Amino acid sequence: MINLGTDEIVKYPFLAEAGKYLSDKGFSLEQFGTDPDLKRIVSMAFDRIQVASDGKIYNSNSSTNDSSLPMEVFSFLIAVILLKLTGMHTLIRRFSLAEARRSERFLEKDLSNHKDKTKEHLALQILHDLFSITIQKQDDDFIIPISNYLKHSINFHEREWKLINRKVNSGHVYLTSHETVRLVRKEIDLYISSKINSANTPTMIEGFQEYVDKLRILAKKFEVKVVESSEYPPCIKHAIEVLEKGENLSHSGRFMLATFLLARGQQVEQIAPLFKNAPDYNEKVTLYQLNHLSGKNSTTEYKCPSCEKLKSQDLCFAIPECDNIINPIQFGRKRVR
Amino acid sequence: MNDKDIELLEESFKKFYFDNFNLIHVPENPSQREFGFQKFNSKMSRHLSLKSDKELRLLLMEKIPSDVYCSNACYSFPNLPMNEKDWKNAELIFDIDAKDLDVSNRDKHSCVKCTECNEVALFQQSCPTCKSKKLSKITLSCNDCIIAAKDQVKRLEHILVNDFAINQNSIQVFFSGNEGFHIYVNNSEFQIVGAKERAEIVDYIMFRGVIPETFGLPKKFNNKNTSLPDFGELGWRGRLATKLFSPKSKRPQISKKIISSGYVAFQKQLDLIKNEIGVRIDPNVTVDIHRIFRLPGSLNSKSGLAKIHVNDIDNFDPYLDACFIDGDDVEVIANCPIQFSLKNKKFGPYNHETISVPKYAAVYMICKGIANHT
Repeated sequence: MINLGTDEIVKYPFLAEAGKYLSDKGFSLEQFGTDPDLKRIVSMAFDRIQVASDGKIYNSNSSTNDSSLPMEVFSFLIAVILLKLTGMHTLIRRFSLAEARRSERFLEKDLSNHKDKTKEHLALQILHDLFSITIQKQDDDFIIPISNYLKHSINFHEREWKLINRKVNSGHVYLTSHETVRLVRKEIDLYISSKINSANTPTMIEGFQEYVDKLRILAKKFEVKVVESSEYPPCIKHAIEVLEKGENLSHSGRFMLATFLLARGQQVEQIAPLFKNAPDYNEKVTLYQLNHLSGKNSTTEYKCPSCEKLKSQDLCFAIPECDNIINPIQFGRKRVR
Repeated sequence: MNDKDIELLEESFKKFYFDNFNLIHVPENPSQREFGFQKFNSKMSRHLSLKSDKELRLLLMEKIPSDVYCSNACYSFPNLPMNEKDWKNAELIFDIDAKDLDVSNRDKHSCVKCTECNEVALFQQSCPTCKSKKLSKITLSCNDCIIAAKDQVKRLEHILVNDFAINQNSIQVFFSGNEGFHIYVNNSEFQIVGAKERAEIVDYIMFRGVIPETFGLPKKFNNKNTSLPDFGELGWRGRLATKLFSPKSKRPQISKKIISSGYVAFQKQLDLIKNEIGVRIDPNVTVDIHRIFRLPGSLNSKSGLAKIHVNDIDNFDPYLDACFIDGDDVEVIANCPIQFSLKNKKFGPYNHETISVPKYAAVYMICKGIANHT
């Protein structure tokens, strides 16, 4: 495992083993609730979660780390304790993402640190050890094997991350330091959230309760209701039109239509007549296939393909209302707070 | 296809397999592969396991399949249902089929068969006999189609070798047995990648999903931040430059026009160019990591030709090199409105005629659905 100095622990506090770190420094959790000097760290930890829940990045205040107590590491670790005591997943998700973005800044800075090669080396090592990415530096570019790049880039929906929109040569994808760390945001996020989720929840600590109560109120703010309209997205409308005209709808088009309607709660018997006009219509076969897709006749319930997949099958006819959805079944859904 | 047709085809296929055992082998790691086969006029049998060439030959002799398939994937338990197989890895395979290439005179060597009255006629929109619109298209041998498919294969190989750093020796090209090619990439880093990653590889190869930014025209552009591609650049930028700016001397003039037309116009231009410079592979084939592919060395029941390894693509003639059925005379009733060539011999057109032709031509026409054995 990577050998980290204080400097690095401040930047990447999620790499510290919480309990061990505190006991190594000579502290117990209880002290944070009672010791007047340490109490303000709980307040800092609360702020850290609050900032994260607003979608912002907690700003480092380097002066707090110069003292013998690395406040930022402590505030991170105590924030994790507060989150565990609060038990609200929405806050854990927001906190993990914000912390991932915070560490991204440091990773990027370290990767392009021309003066201190050890910082660059350490950043590359973190990426390698934690996320199995082998990155080489070539002039000002960071190059990464294509298969390795794809493993991470498929998590993105923005077109700029598609392989076709990257510089590719001799089996490698060329990235800037910014893109390199952006590539692993989701993994850092997952790493942090899984670490939080797998940590033990302590019993309530004196002095923590008021923050836990405040966080529970905060979490309520993020509860959302989803309102769904009954209108079909343009891809589905198009598929239905094709069938109504008696034209041939491709296999993937039929798959999309059937899985979409099944996802919207329609029954196989309601869907089957749609295919009546298809040039090769056979009622028995259609019913069999629909039952298969619905999971009635098979062990798998097939899901409606993503917008990205439909784009690549030339089945997407996006309109402005399609913005920000990644699957046709999300069309018309509105989140109401 | 009637019983007499099936009798002739089974006899011919069996003889082919008996005489050509050397051509047909199980792939590497056979015990981890899923096999499947189909008999004439019968359903597909899948999820089978074959452990050796010997077991494969036994199947060929006993079942006389019309088609034999094998997975590109390796599984821990290949003969269990799909979601219990435990997928381990799969060779990357690309399919190039002439039917997807918009070859200009394709309709001239195509005919239609009415699914209602079985009449066969020159290519048209409705059946000349019963006026039904339910027609299936039948395409016969065509060198233009094969030349177009070969061109795509070569372009694909270029991208695989240069952009993806695939060793040329790891690329194997097979004639599909009908009118296309299957390109296998063995032992690459992509063996273990899943369907989503393969979809990205497909889009890259097909030049799909491009945005103007990639080629140097950002949404908010000015003369300083544009960097349109130039000749000699690596990858798609270089290939696009060749397409956009030929001849070289016109680059400044064309660049100016692209910049003045703007972002949206350039996006449209890129979308239009897609079919010209992207390689026309069948995207679904590469992305499907649970597919079973026609086994190399086996016959294709759509034509009676064999799926065989192609060493020298430029000089490969599928209608000669992949035609293995013997030339004994066979009598058939043929309804073939267009001419076709096999083994450098021309056949047809035939209008509901009883004719005596070499067995390979008879098998070809029966497989295509335009003749019956007498």
